[in-house]
Amino acid sequence: MTRRAAVPITIRELGKSYGDVRALDNVSLDVRSGEFLTLLGPSGSGKTTLLMVLAGFIRPDHGSLKFGDTEVIRLAPHKRDLGMVFQNYALFPHMDVAANIAFPLKLRGVSAADIARRVNSALEMVKLAGYGTRRVEQLSGGQRQRVALARAIVFEPSIVLMDEPLSALDKQLRELMQIELRQLHVKLGTTTIYVTHDQREALTMSDRIAVIAGGRVQQLDTPRAIYEQPVNRFVAEFIGESSFLKVTRDGGGIRCGGQLLRVATAAAPGGPALLMVRPERLRIVDDAQPETGTRNDENILEARVTEVIYQGDTFLVQAMLADGSRINARGIASAGAMARVPRAGDTVRLGLRVEDTVLVADDGG
Amino acid sequence: MSWLDAPASETQVTHRGRLWLYALAGIVMVFLVVPTVIVVPMSFSASQYLEFPPREWSLRWYANYFNSLSWMQATATSFKAALLTTLVATPLGTMAAYGLFNSRFRAMRVVAVVLITPIIVPVVLVAIAVFYVYARLGLVNSLTGIVLAHTMLAIPLVIMVVTSALKSYDMNQEMVARSLGASRFRAFFLVTLPQIRFAVITGALLSFLTSFDEVIMALFVSGGANSTLTRNMFNALRDQIDPTIAAISTIMVLVTSILLALAQIFGQPRKP
Amino acid sequence: MAEIAPAYAGVGAHAPNAGALRGDALRERLALLGLSAPAFVLVFVAMVAPVAWLFGLSFLADNGSFSLEHYRRMIEQPSYYRIFLTTFHVSLLTTGICIVLGYPLAYVLSQLPQRAANLCLIAVLLPFWTSLLVRTYAWLALLQRKGLINNWGIELGLWDEPLALVHNLTGTLIGMVHIMLPFLVLPVLGAMRAIDRDYLKAAANLGAGPVRAFWMVFFPLSMPGLLAGSLIVFILCLGFYVTPAVLGGGKVIMVSNQIANDIELFFNWGAASSLGVVLLVVTLLFLYVASRFAKVDQVVGGGHGK
Repeated sequence: MTRRAAVPITIRELGKSYGDVRALDNVSLDVRSGEFLTLLGPSGSGKTTLLMVLAGFIRPDHGSLKFGDTEVIRLAPHKRDLGMVFQNYALFPHMDVAANIAFPLKLRGVSAADIARRVNSALEMVKLAGYGTRRVEQLSGGQRQRVALARAIVFEPSIVLMDEPLSALDKQLRELMQIELRQLHVKLGTTTIYVTHDQREALTMSDRIAVIAGGRVQQLDTPRAIYEQPVNRFVAEFIGESSFLKVTRDGGGIRCGGQLLRVATAAAPGGPALLMVRPERLRIVDDAQPETGTRNDENILEARVTEVIYQGDTFLVQAMLADGSRINARGIASAGAMARVPRAGDTVRLGLRVEDTVLVADDGG
Repeated sequence: MSWLDAPASETQVTHRGRLWLYALAGIVMVFLVVPTVIVVPMSFSASQYLEFPPREWSLRWYANYFNSLSWMQATATSFKAALLTTLVATPLGTMAAYGLFNSRFRAMRVVAVVLITPIIVPVVLVAIAVFYVYARLGLVNSLTGIVLAHTMLAIPLVIMVVTSALKSYDMNQEMVARSLGASRFRAFFLVTLPQIRFAVITGALLSFLTSFDEVIMALFVSGGANSTLTRNMFNALRDQIDPTIAAISTIMVLVTSILLALAQIFGQPRKP
Repeated sequence: MAEIAPAYAGVGAHAPNAGALRGDALRERLALLGLSAPAFVLVFVAMVAPVAWLFGLSFLADNGSFSLEHYRRMIEQPSYYRIFLTTFHVSLLTTGICIVLGYPLAYVLSQLPQRAANLCLIAVLLPFWTSLLVRTYAWLALLQRKGLINNWGIELGLWDEPLALVHNLTGTLIGMVHIMLPFLVLPVLGAMRAIDRDYLKAAANLGAGPVRAFWMVFFPLSMPGLLAGSLIVFILCLGFYVTPAVLGGGKVIMVSNQIANDIELFFNWGAASSLGVVLLVVTLLFLYVASRFAKVDQVVGGGHGK
């Protein structure tokens, strides 16, 4: 399996309506050659619709789609030279494993000797060497997924599409496969578009993530940028946990719970905004100095603890600010930390580094 | 006999308490089976009058049948018509079922309704209407005419059987095949058809039997040299009881059984 | 940094490829339509057109002008009334007997373990697959004066004179019930098999004896299947021809027999066509009622393919 030249994908103004519902709302985005891009969103967001348009199974109302320099929007699915992996694997039950994988090669008129060689090579790549003669019913879920994968890459497509391929697997297998898929991608270097609703999966596997909701791309960025600087409340809520606090602007900073705080200027949208607080970024400040506000690039907030929940690897402190807004803080439950953990009713001071003090647009959620 | 007192269902009624029910069911089953089965020994009876068990065994009725030119001609016509009907109705019906199943066009509902009407409209009505039209087109007493009429009756059956198979079939496989490089056409033939094979074969079988057993349309539309077996049998039944018919019936039952067995053998999906 | 390609102004201003894509979509629809076209054309030409023609014929007087005389004659002449009465009479009786015999059979089949049930199901399917003529002939042979049943009855001393079991209503009913039973048993069996056993356990738990549990829980749940089966049988009986013709011996004339007679014997197209139209309308009416209980349109099409 050689590294074939990967192609970039150019999507312009894809629109698709079903009656009154706008499944895709003028979506435009650029996918770089060889990158692993995840389309992340809740069900009904349009991510699968977008993938199907890329594959050619859904015809948009309008739009342009280019693989490299070639316009493919009107091209039939079987001419697009894509590899595709579906959620339910869709292996052909009337053929054995080798025949399944050989299928696209047969369609392309590859010689029998070459077919055998490439099928074996593909099986090795998905760690199923020797499984060629097995029948589909004899395979486990994870094995079927690997066969589906082998079938999708054996003909060396320049683009691979995956529609929630791991959601039918149990948690442990899923996490194992995520890493394997990532490794396979690095090895093959094909441009890969991956659809999922699982944000952890997206964060683990992707070069970039496109968060999709309501048929629109909400944010297209690296995993870290999406996590740390979500562009709106939806993205912030969809990825990771967070609390949102109402703030008012005051000069260059913000006022929260009566206290003046500094903001990470890199993410400071205009208009009404909320302060997004990730629980793990809050530090329980336990030094002697009592004041709040900003000190040493850290914003300090005062809150009263309502409940502390032990969760095995971490503990969660649920607290309330003076103005009644709720806030959560999460810490590693080491023996030392657990010894110092506050109790319900205590007053604590929580520290949030300035670069973690992120505002998101208050677009009503 | 202890099982008689064992509970037969969740409501703890015993088998003994339901004996009358079992007896009734048994009688009904005998009622259902007897006529089909009885023709076989009857056809081997030497006597002109029907008796069971036959006092003497003989093959005279079979000889009667095979030696009669008119019966043989009618049998040939029936087989030809049935075969042609199958060859036309099966692909047409399968294509239609596939097209209807995959279409989101609302107008297709009209098409679906029209395609199902032959089952709904009483056959007598269709028979005389077709007879009327055929009389003007010179299609009466022709093989083409009867095949056309029978195909029209068979198509809805093929569509129903294939549609039901498509419903439990995972259409995603065709999508996958297309994504791997197969055109819609190739995807159907390489992936879908092998998996709905049983339904298509059942549809073919139903088409054959529908045509072979069909009486009413044959009565009006076939005749003369192209008279079908059923037409001749029907007329014979109205005149007098000729035990030759028992022989013919036995052969028909045999043909049906063979076809059913073949359908089972070739239609079933391969098991590991 | 967020990196989304700059948005273009409005849909109308710039919707690339819209026209071409619309054309492609239309072509695809037409292609799928095209798959059904041959079957559609054949059925239309072979059935819809002739029946429509016949429909029109029923409104033509002998001289070719529009007239309702055929329908008027139907209402006026008492013989037609008798024919309709006979048809409904026979159909209702057949349906009733099928229910009385078929429901218990279906019940027993539903209670048997899978393998035994499948074996017994052969008994139901065997007549289903056997040719109509073969079965009708068999009954003729069984029921006639010198037939098997009479011979045995007299031999066993059950009766002295041969009973008139055929060429009358009795023979017709026996034949029709035999043909129609599978059509009732199969849907009812299907409905019964779908009844969750837990309901009966719950009923027993709450204190219902077997008889009450049956009438209050099982029977109502099997009703849709029973209704569907009964309607199918009734509708089939309305238009039935072969069995009344052979086993009725000319004494049981149903609508379909009369239609055939009108053509074969009298060449009276007007009478035949008007009678046929009435039969069709009545059939469609009952079918409409049936469609309220069973989803007929799911039998054909109704998939949601891509």
